[in-house]
Amino acid sequence: MKLPMSDISPVHRRLFLLALTGMGVMPAAAQFRVEISGVGLTQLPIAIAGFRGETQSPVKISAVIQANLERSGRFKPIDSTGQTLDESTRVDVPLWRQRGADSLVAGSVSRLPDGRFEVRFRLWDVVRGQDLGGQVYTVPAGDLRLVSHRIADFIYEKLTGERGVFSTRIAYVTKNGRQHTLWVADADGESAQVALASPEPIISPAWSPGGDQLAYVSFEARKPVVYIHDVATGRRRLLANFRGSNSAPAWSPDGRQIALTLSRDGGSQLYLMDAGGGEPRRLTQSQGIDTEAAFSPDGRSIYFVSDRGGAPQIYRMPAGGGTAERVTFAGGYNISPAPSPDGRWLAYVSRINGAFKLQVMELTTGTVTSITDSSADESPSFAPNSRLIVYATQYQGREALMTTTLDGRIKARLAGQDGDIREPSWGPFPK
Amino acid sequence: MNKGWFAIALVACLVGCGSPVKLDQPPVEDKAGVEVTPGGGTTSGAASAVTSVDLGKGGLNGAGPAGPNIVYFDFDSYVVKPEYQSVVENHAKYLRADAKRKAMLEGHTDERGGREYNLALGQRRSEAVARALILLGVSGNQVEAVSFGKEKPAVEGSNEAAWAKNRRVEVKYR
Repeated sequence: MKLPMSDISPVHRRLFLLALTGMGVMPAAAQFRVEISGVGLTQLPIAIAGFRGETQSPVKISAVIQANLERSGRFKPIDSTGQTLDESTRVDVPLWRQRGADSLVAGSVSRLPDGRFEVRFRLWDVVRGQDLGGQVYTVPAGDLRLVSHRIADFIYEKLTGERGVFSTRIAYVTKNGRQHTLWVADADGESAQVALASPEPIISPAWSPGGDQLAYVSFEARKPVVYIHDVATGRRRLLANFRGSNSAPAWSPDGRQIALTLSRDGGSQLYLMDAGGGEPRRLTQSQGIDTEAAFSPDGRSIYFVSDRGGAPQIYRMPAGGGTAERVTFAGGYNISPAPSPDGRWLAYVSRINGAFKLQVMELTTGTVTSITDSSADESPSFAPNSRLIVYATQYQGREALMTTTLDGRIKARLAGQDGDIREPSWGPFPK
Repeated sequence: MNKGWFAIALVACLVGCGSPVKLDQPPVEDKAGVEVTPGGGTTSGAASAVTSVDLGKGGLNGAGPAGPNIVYFDFDSYVVKPEYQSVVENHAKYLRADAKRKAMLEGHTDERGGREYNLALGQRRSEAVARALILLGVSGNQVEAVSFGKEKPAVEGSNEAAWAKNRRVEVKYR
């Protein structure tokens, strides 16, 4: 967590929630814009008062919380201007009910003599006039954004009954001129730190289930080679550098194995390796291309892309190899399968009339929904609570990373780096 | 890795930094420095020297035969077209003459579609060129087919002219 002390309002500066609908840009809050398409959304109205003392804090905590909650698609922010509150204020229930809030968050941040910050907050149910709990954190300045994410997670879980993903991490790759950089950032795209900088491309980062390592493909040796990279220490090791191309690493849910694509025996075929290295075991035996393995969350199956039927389609086979069944049937180009952690959904990219579109399939019914208005979608990756998808796309002629709810109604553009940004991978829940 | 690459890059540049498109030029023509990035001095430090020579976009490493080293492909195709047979034959002749020479066959695609699927398509192209070389008597252990997918376009741009230049296999010598 390295945030410059002078960075007073990173959310204001770098987080954009934007509008892609025909309705145009709708300013939904002071510091960012949000796209909401469709009607009848059930969103919880919540007021997040400015934290007392946060103008002297390097992080505007209430703004980070509000952006998180709004991006989740489950909350509607209620204007809280003109009210000075903190965690110990008696809540003026009629006032907040009149403003339409069901819940209220109030808190404070203060600098301690040792330089650390103390953050306190309390969550109120305004409808019932009930205290839903609060917390106190004492952290260095560099962890104030993490605290803000934790508070958003607390609120999200209290009010929706599900775990929030705001304190998870996302890995992605940027290309700036000839510089390729692998980043690890907060789930809102902020606090990005460089994991790897290279003059050659980096693709297909994949978080280990433990959230401590990234597998990826690097071209630094003038060919695609798969590495495993310990994020905290920066230590990396070669996983697969066989003759030909080595690519598309995918972790098994227990973190012990990695499925990947190798061309060492000719063609692009799927293999399984111990995550610690060793001899690969071949999983597929097709004349065509087999690539982009992704384990089902129970570890029993592998989704993958194959053109064995003439065009790339998504298939599923037992994780140990065996008979594959076709999963996608519509259209002639379906790639990049990403099963949701709860096993209900499969996100993937489909070429439709020349455009590459993010699709979501409900696996039990096979119902497919196209959830974007963009035309160059790539590399979907689910949030660990299965409620959001991060994906790469083009926005205003540049590459961008977006999050979307599964119904496609709430989209947010992640905080950007300079240059093109791509290849997102959403990490697991923190331990 | 930096030092190693710097040495290779420097050698490559000293021997010949021809453009990858106009390979009818003699590879020994002194074009060193042509591709130095803006702002970089000709004899500046190691960092700028590494930046100035991109082996992916640069020409031959200087060790291959004279003449073109790129085979272009049609959309969604991995068939070596008859007009590139002479390119393949030229490299086959060169490799047959010296069994110690080794070539990397680097497959590429245009920008459309997924990164990993394009990597597999580029692999198919480089393997097609490998097969063509082997058919002409080159030993299988002299060639390695690899792919860059859509990650290293020869030409930037989202139009058919750029795409046609990017669907290719480059023959590289080390």
